[in-house]
Amino acid sequence: MSEGISQPDQPVTREARAKGDLFAKFDELIQMREGLLASGVEDPFNLVMEKVLSPTRAICNGRETILLGTYNYMGMTFDPDVIEAGKQALEEFGSGTTGSRVLNGTYQGHKECEDALKEFYGMDHAMVFSTGYQANLGIISTIAGKGDYVVLDIDSHASIYDGCSMGRAEIVPFRHNDIEALEKRLKRIPADAGKLVVLEGVYSMLGDVAPLKEMVRISKEAGAMVLVDEAHSMGFIGEHGRGVAEDQGVLDDVDFVIGTFSKSVGTVGGFCVSNHPDFEIMRLVCRPYVFTASLPPSVVATAATSIRKLMHGSNKRAHLWENSKRLHSGLKDLGFQLGTDEPQSAIVAVIMPDLTRGAQMWEALLKEGLYVNLARPPATPANMTLLRCSLCAEHSEEEVSTILGMFERAGKAVGII
Amino acid sequence: MDRAEIDRRIRTLIEPFNKNGVTITDDTTFQGDLEFDSLTVMDFVAAIEDEFDIIISMNQQAEIETYGQLVDAVKKLVDAE
Ligand SMILES: Cc1ncc(COP(=O)(O)O)c(C=O)c1O
Repeated sequence: MSEGISQPDQPVTREARAKGDLFAKFDELIQMREGLLASGVEDPFNLVMEKVLSPTRAICNGRETILLGTYNYMGMTFDPDVIEAGKQALEEFGSGTTGSRVLNGTYQGHKECEDALKEFYGMDHAMVFSTGYQANLGIISTIAGKGDYVVLDIDSHASIYDGCSMGRAEIVPFRHNDIEALEKRLKRIPADAGKLVVLEGVYSMLGDVAPLKEMVRISKEAGAMVLVDEAHSMGFIGEHGRGVAEDQGVLDDVDFVIGTFSKSVGTVGGFCVSNHPDFEIMRLVCRPYVFTASLPPSVVATAATSIRKLMHGSNKRAHLWENSKRLHSGLKDLGFQLGTDEPQSAIVAVIMPDLTRGAQMWEALLKEGLYVNLARPPATPANMTLLRCSLCAEHSEEEVSTILGMFERAGKAVGII
Repeated sequence: MDRAEIDRRIRTLIEPFNKNGVTITDDTTFQGDLEFDSLTVMDFVAAIEDEFDIIISMNQQAEIETYGQLVDAVKKLVDAE
């Protein structure tokens, strides 16, 4: 593939598919990708980080690069205490558990990690999954079954939709962040049917926040249970960093909070916390929890250490918000179109006029030494092409200025500003 | 409500979404003939739901490919009210 990039003029020829080739359904996507690469841009979905220098710097394709698309919000990946905890667990407990949580895969570290989560959220129960994707998949598919209704925001994460499909619940989407649309749908669902409302604190595509205060109240009034995915808010939104539901004062009315270790916590894993009195039964009936191996001891040790440090991260938190505001207003002043009028989270989404210029801009930034996240249809709302920037508490004020200079040069070169 | 009345109302609702002025029969497909993308589908479905005070879940939407199937599905939902 990498060779194709440097030979943009060669026509793409491909042999006819063998009869019965199940890959035929991907032909349109394959063509779109080949078209993009033939135009000469570096493959946005094949970047390799050869060396990682810090939470905000890496060597990518041979260039030193500022990282502005990693969701490493709190910069915990190189925290000395976190690294030390991981090393110690690796040495004392080995490299992996080789088993499910319900068989031989629950170590002391998994319990300590769940204890840290219970304390962090002030909740009675915590369940750690191997990824955030599996946490949504597992909890949603297990609690909402055939005949139940899941009412969700149309821009919900793939793991939420997949959880609904797996549980075979009726999926009822409503327009993004539209309180009235949610209310109408809740009223039309048969009164005796089971109802789960699934919301996200921060929507990662545009970096906008949900009106959880009203939405949670309406859902509860309609007799629905509420699940909130706080993947993109943990550690820096809300007084204790518990997320948007805490910030808007409705955390007590939320039945389930889903989260991930792959963003602010800085490792890998997912979780659900809840005050439901029977929550522990999930450990026996939730298939994506039971039928997969548990996280390695080093991972849960780094997660637990990181979560405990996030409880006391108010200085870092304040600096992260400063960064977000500085980048948002700087890009706005340069004339870029942004996903939100005001910065609402640590994600700043820059809206591109189309996929071609989005990919060109992405590449121009990479050549400047800046990595951002390219998001394209169909994963994006309203089929937009976005350059998503996620800030880190470890970005310095100076780095944000450097980033703005890179955006200015790249934007002018590509003709977007 | 009889099928003809439901058909008449949906025909009115579909107008603003039928950008290319396609002639609509029971066999007209939403994806192929009308070229509806996912966003258009959401807005169009919301308009129908509001008009008839019903819910057409995504699971039910997945079964509907043609205009005729939509009218039949709405009739069934309205009758069940
Ligand atoms: C809203 C949301 N939920 C869940 C996930 C899944 O998290 P993980 O990376 O731990 O699988 C993500 C991450 O992409 C996300 O953005």
